[in-house]
Amino acid sequence: MRIGIPRESREGETLVAATPTTAGQLQALGYEVVVERGAGIAAAQPDDAFEAAGIRVGDAEEVWTSDVVVKVNAPTPDEIWRLRAGATVISLMAPARSPKLVEQLQAQRVTGLAMDAVPRISRAQAMDVLSSMANVAGYRAVVEAAHAFGRQFTGQVTAAGKVPPARVFVVGAGVAGLAAIGAAGSMGAIVRAFDVRPEVAEQVESMGAEFVTVDMEQEVSSDGYAKEMTADQEAATAAMYDEEARNADIVITTALIPGRPAPRLITAETVAAMRTGSVIVDMAAANGGNVELTRTDEKVVTDNLVTILGYTDLAGRLAAQTSQLYGTNVVNLLKLMTPGKDGELVLDLEDVVVRGITVARDGESMWPPPPVQVSAAPAAAVAAPAEAQKAVEKRPPDPRRKWYGAGLAAVLFALVAAYSPPDFLGHFTVFVLAVFVGYYVISNVAHALHTPLMSETNAISGIILVGGILQVGSDNTVVTVLALIAVLVASINIFGGFLVTLRMLEMFRKD
Amino acid sequence: MSDFLTSEQLPGLIQAAYIIAGILFIGALAGLSKHETAKRGNLFGMAGMGLALVATLVLAARNSQFGDQRPLGVTMALILVAMAVGGSIGAWRARTVEMTGMPELVAMLHSFVGLAAVLVGYNSWLELRDLGGSDAVHDVEVFVGVFIGAVTFTGSIVAWAKLSGRMTSSPLMLPGRHLLNLAILVGSTALAVWFVVDDGELGLVPLLLMTALALLLGFHLVAAIGGGDMPVVVSMLNSYSGWAAAAAGFMLSNDLLIITGSLVGSSGAILSYIMCKAMNRSFVSVIAGGFGSDGAISGEERDYGDHREITAADTADLLASARSVVITPGYGMAVAQAQYPVAEMTKKLREKGVDVRFGIHPVAGRLPGHMNVLLAEARVPYDIVLEMDEINGDFHETDVVLVIGANDTVNPAALEEPGSPIAGMPVLEVWHAKDVVVFKRSMATGYAGVQNPLFFKDNSRMLFGDAKERVDDIVRALG
Repeated sequence: MRIGIPRESREGETLVAATPTTAGQLQALGYEVVVERGAGIAAAQPDDAFEAAGIRVGDAEEVWTSDVVVKVNAPTPDEIWRLRAGATVISLMAPARSPKLVEQLQAQRVTGLAMDAVPRISRAQAMDVLSSMANVAGYRAVVEAAHAFGRQFTGQVTAAGKVPPARVFVVGAGVAGLAAIGAAGSMGAIVRAFDVRPEVAEQVESMGAEFVTVDMEQEVSSDGYAKEMTADQEAATAAMYDEEARNADIVITTALIPGRPAPRLITAETVAAMRTGSVIVDMAAANGGNVELTRTDEKVVTDNLVTILGYTDLAGRLAAQTSQLYGTNVVNLLKLMTPGKDGELVLDLEDVVVRGITVARDGESMWPPPPVQVSAAPAAAVAAPAEAQKAVEKRPPDPRRKWYGAGLAAVLFALVAAYSPPDFLGHFTVFVLAVFVGYYVISNVAHALHTPLMSETNAISGIILVGGILQVGSDNTVVTVLALIAVLVASINIFGGFLVTLRMLEMFRKD
Repeated sequence: MSDFLTSEQLPGLIQAAYIIAGILFIGALAGLSKHETAKRGNLFGMAGMGLALVATLVLAARNSQFGDQRPLGVTMALILVAMAVGGSIGAWRARTVEMTGMPELVAMLHSFVGLAAVLVGYNSWLELRDLGGSDAVHDVEVFVGVFIGAVTFTGSIVAWAKLSGRMTSSPLMLPGRHLLNLAILVGSTALAVWFVVDDGELGLVPLLLMTALALLLGFHLVAAIGGGDMPVVVSMLNSYSGWAAAAAGFMLSNDLLIITGSLVGSSGAILSYIMCKAMNRSFVSVIAGGFGSDGAISGEERDYGDHREITAADTADLLASARSVVITPGYGMAVAQAQYPVAEMTKKLREKGVDVRFGIHPVAGRLPGHMNVLLAEARVPYDIVLEMDEINGDFHETDVVLVIGANDTVNPAALEEPGSPIAGMPVLEVWHAKDVVVFKRSMATGYAGVQNPLFFKDNSRMLFGDAKERVDDIVRALG
């Protein structure tokens, strides 16, 4: 099958759906790949780089008549017209918000696979283009903020005076938020972050930021995305946002709720109270913005000189990087869908990943797919049934059994004691006491010393040598010979055991 | 000289020496439970043994003054020659043994105690028979002593053969194996009755028959246990060898033997119990054998997804940029002899300021504490080598975990899949770390035959190949 990589038609788009590297990987899967002339220019992937990698560069007609067309942005109505019936188009589609697109794909009998509808399950992470783009965008948001901010991020004490570190507040600890935390932290800023999902606190802290908490009931997410908050929660968090934003030099907001406008988190009053020169990067600008004053795709400077960046093309501003990641996501998806590595695309709707991204096929609408539960909060849920089962299995044994056992043992012991010679009882006393001494002496042994302990006890149990020595003197030759063998092997034990213990203990050392 | 040997006070002095030796042995075991006192403990043990031997030699000399025994000089010469031969063999083995070969050596040494116990038991009976027969209590003591000694003997030999690869480490599964064991026990009990009742020459017959049965039992018991359970088996045999010595003490009316034997017996039993707890299995189920064979069948086929690979160079980058690294070694590290490169890697990383620690599962390796000994051999400081319980809470804050030659001890299925054959076994929860790199030869399952979902987790990467070569590659990449 032939895969076509067209030039993106959207105004200002810099990305391309394949780089020479990923196109080569597609060919390795058995496909024939054609790239439209000039498709990768804006992403610093010139045509000759493709050709050097053995990829054919062709005209638009050839690309659009391919069996599979892979692009970044959703195909426009004109573009869909150019597709052959039965062809497959793979791109970002936002199918939930684009019913018209789905209808047109249906009408044209084109199979549509939405890269942005990959279910958030572990197996599909390698094709999760939203994560890869959000990662790049989060990084770029910090770069944009640093560019607009009139100061350094890192704190220094210089001969010209002290430079305080920048204070960065990140809202939303998804992929973009975490990437922003990491980037800001590595530039030397002090980073604080907040997310309505308390379970991400650990991830935030692992990136070196401080997690801001609000005293309120919080829900654990069941689908990996944040939920919209209740009115009570909102009131409590509004105060926190206000306070954190006032204290910060840089605010980066990434709060999104799938299928809904972005929540309004930073009010105009808060912005007005922020320090002059502060910068806000609103990464939710495409969905209306988290900041009241955000204007999509624009840079706004308020009266108190706070800069608000509403760019929606943050990932596109790192075109070469994002194209590479997008292309790799596509390769991973096609690896999954090309089980034979023979260049034949197989649409296995039993696979939840494939089912999840398929929006239209053979004139049928396949949107929305059945829901997939993801493992956003795995440990607790999985461990619970196991524990329950254990509890059922391990019912405490009947306590009376213990008493019966103890009674029986006492009677037996009394019988033995009554009928055995006093000599034996004397030895028996020693025996019982020694058993208990052994028990208490060993109970707290350090695990690391088990091996030396074992060779030591082994050497000590060579004490059986004593028995052998005492028997050698017998006038029965058989006894003497047997006793000598016993002495010999027991000596191996004693000397070997002690010396090897010594050797091991010599090796253990402390720093 | 002979005045001294026949004096009235001598038995008291010998007894006193025995008591001091017993105390020194207790001090030895107590000392060995902590690193700080371990060397002193070993010295105590040696001193106790030296004292006991001197006292016993004096006692033997004294015995030769009474009755119609062989001349003192001959007896002493024989004893010293036998001890010199045995001692030099032991010293030679102790000096030359590879630390990875410790399990075999320990198992082999156990068999010697068993053999000695059998021989001493026979002798004790033969001597008393020459003097005109023994009483019932003594007969039982001899019988029990020989039985335990014989089981220890063959059991240890099988353990040694399995550990050194001379015998397949998979469990021997005879049909009705529990019944077989039971039959041997019942048969031995019947023979014991015959042995006690019979006072004549024929007494030797039940004793010999029982010895044969006990040897068979020892063989079968250990043959039915798989290689991965060897830590438990070795410490169990350690316990048996102690009980054998204690039984010998009863038949010879020697309190020192009783004290020492029961110290070793109970300490071995405790160690076995600790091991079993670490595997969340009952002691009985381990010694009855057969674990590890069912594993391959049970646990339905599941799709765990794909595993991802990583190169040694990328692992080196990952390590160099990490703040905290935990290494969890397993038997595979011992097999590949990778402890030296691992130690070197640890040193390099620590020089770079990376916090490197080791997490040791209680049953990692083939001998309790096996990993600790290997790491100590390679001069890894013991204060960065931690136990499972100490380190399990820290994986959340760990950047990189290196799993070197371990499999079942880091298997999340133990906690997450109630149907798994290793369900409920406490494991090192390495998957909580940010990145996990698993060193492995291939994707084959571990000893328990259970697939390991760890390999398919998002934060896991597989580094295939010989552990030693791969770690060497990393060391080179770290520069």
